[in-house]
Amino acid sequence: MSPVADVWVYLSASPLLWLTLTLVAYIGAFALYEGSRFNPLVNPVAISIVLLTGLLAATGTPYATYFEGAQFVHFLLGPATVALAVPLYEQMPKLRRAWFALTVGLLVGVVVAMVSALVLAWLLGASKATIASLAAKSVTTPVAMGISEKIGGIPSLTAVIVVLTGIVAAALGHFVFNALGVGSHAVRGFAIGLAGHGQGVARAFIVSEEAGAFAGLAMGLTALATALVAPWLAPWLIGLLG
Amino acid sequence: MAILHALALLLAFQLTGEAITFSLGLPLPGPVLGMALLLFAVALRRDLLARLKPTTGTLLTHLSLLFVPAGVGVMVHGARLAAEGVAIVVAMVVSTVLALAATALTVRALLRDGDDAE
Repeated sequence: MSPVADVWVYLSASPLLWLTLTLVAYIGAFALYEGSRFNPLVNPVAISIVLLTGLLAATGTPYATYFEGAQFVHFLLGPATVALAVPLYEQMPKLRRAWFALTVGLLVGVVVAMVSALVLAWLLGASKATIASLAAKSVTTPVAMGISEKIGGIPSLTAVIVVLTGIVAAALGHFVFNALGVGSHAVRGFAIGLAGHGQGVARAFIVSEEAGAFAGLAMGLTALATALVAPWLAPWLIGLLG
Repeated sequence: MAILHALALLLAFQLTGEAITFSLGLPLPGPVLGMALLLFAVALRRDLLARLKPTTGTLLTHLSLLFVPAGVGVMVHGARLAAEGVAIVVAMVVSTVLALAATALTVRALLRDGDDAE
């Protein structure tokens, strides 16, 4: 074997290589995002995923090997969720005044997100396991996987659908809100955090601190509300659809 | 050291959240309870805010990065996506747009004018 191939074999099996490449791919994708002046359609997560899956396919690297390195990034989802307490605290006076509107908006949004996904997937002939995997798509990854497992979905498929849902919400939220004439950063932030969990929050923070805080609140509440509602609503609806 | 303190604090609150949700069997995710507990802690001790802010700011600015590893998992589901990709993508995109619209319209309708400030 050539020395270059030796080094490749050694490095491609180590977590270091795939951790580094995850960061490099994201930095490149984020530079494009910045260069587009944060055009929502130039989504850095989508670009990173395309770059990395292309590289893994080209080198014949299994996902499990990749994840051994990337898990260090994945792990930070937990502490980042806790960190949302800081912007939340800073927006407390505004949140307090809007609590009733936000509570009703939360319930409406959570039910619409879940029921419309299940019914559409059923209409399009998806299998039961796939339909169940869609139920928690607007909830942040670790929670969504737990819900999916409970209701007969495939947790790893749910993880992917959750990330894709976040990409869609972050990319399209801007256009949906403009089409509806919704200008308030608080309202836009809350809706994008509800529909697009952490990626909606990330997009909202690019727009403003206020939008970010409302998005963070929505993300936390959506996880809680879906965890309470999905385990009985989703199986009942799937049974009803047959 | 500021970063270390902030990280240790975030992890400690996550750990507390996980421990409580697990032992009481709550449907709430551990990190979300950790967030709620940290919110109370910050309200009681304002000085925590200044210490946390540089680190939480960095973490939240690049929150999207943290979703990349799970998203790359799309490669594992090639077969299912080939068979049911259209149903999955259409259901996901349409329901996400509906959720965005329904939430935004509901919250806007219920907010009094004074609260709807930019």
